[in-house]
Amino acid sequence: MIASLCLILLCQLAGEIIVRALAMPIPGPVFGMLLLFILLLLRDRATLLARGPLQGGGVENAAKGLLAHLSLMFIPAGVGVVQRLDLLAEHGAAIVAVLAISVVITLLATVGTFLVIGRLMARNERPS
Amino acid sequence: MNANPFALWVYLSQQPLLWLTVTLFVYATADALSLATGRHPLANPVFHSMWIIAAFLLLTGTSYTTYFSGAQFVHFLLGPATVALAIPLYENRRTVLAAIVPMLAALVVGCITAIVSVVLLAKAFGLPKTVTLSLAPKSVTAGVAMGISESLGADASLAAVAVVLTGIMGAIIVTPMMNRIGIRDYRARGFATGLASHGIGVARAFQVDPVAGVFAGIAMGLNALVTSLLVPLLITFLMR
Repeated sequence: MIASLCLILLCQLAGEIIVRALAMPIPGPVFGMLLLFILLLLRDRATLLARGPLQGGGVENAAKGLLAHLSLMFIPAGVGVVQRLDLLAEHGAAIVAVLAISVVITLLATVGTFLVIGRLMARNERPS
Repeated sequence: MNANPFALWVYLSQQPLLWLTVTLFVYATADALSLATGRHPLANPVFHSMWIIAAFLLLTGTSYTTYFSGAQFVHFLLGPATVALAIPLYENRRTVLAAIVPMLAALVVGCITAIVSVVLLAKAFGLPKTVTLSLAPKSVTAGVAMGISESLGADASLAAVAVVLTGIMGAIIVTPMMNRIGIRDYRARGFATGLASHGIGVARAFQVDPVAGVFAGIAMGLNALVTSLLVPLLITFLMR
């Protein structure tokens, strides 16, 4: 458990260092996610890597434990609304309307693209 | 026993212990209530925890800085949780690979739609420039959105609030909307949910269907990556 958490933190730390050193426009944890993904793929090819948290589902269990409580982690940032009450009193209705319309448009565009491209692919794969 | 209960409050309200306990307690209660309603979209545990804690802070005159001294331990976990998204991506790499073309197309279209729509709408509603910039990364997980908004010179705390509001609205809207328009492909539904409304959407997708949850988690991970690359680029075009 501790070794698995340590591996996750190490990936984040390495991501943070690489992103900052190379002045890349992506956040450290995102790069850390890529690093962990590559590490898992490499483990399947090189048995040398399959030890500690990278064997017996160690890091997998720790990651699932974290992801199971993802909703909880948004609460401290969400409560930050108390700091922005002046701004919300002035623009609150517009901000909520903008976000709501945008989220509906985004959901429709994404689900629509997925289904249309999926169907086009299925049609092309069928022998004519 | 302390003679003055007010002195005890003054002591406890300055300690991380109280605010960490409040965060976990309110969330555990809101989550139990959500379960009791059969995971009704309007019983969203993040939404109810957020306004209850915010109201409690306002009533007790507690500053957000004091609250955050305790809540930061929970907030910190957003980073490791973002790294942890590598696991659903890895475990479902075959399912992902099988649907890779529709997924990548949906990722690019969805990501651009999420950014462009919010910026154009914010301009149309006449919102100030800093507010507009803070809303731009609203579809990605809070840690990433705050990083992006800082690099844009926008307001990171407003960005975090926009992210949480977007997540909550997506989680509430998605099920009734998809049911009404008759979309039954849970891969597509989940993918759209994770892309449009990040972790809060992923949690909602897992409540509805396990396949939807996996695709939502993947969409969230990929969208964090693509949005962090595209926001700076699109903003320079849109804010001219």
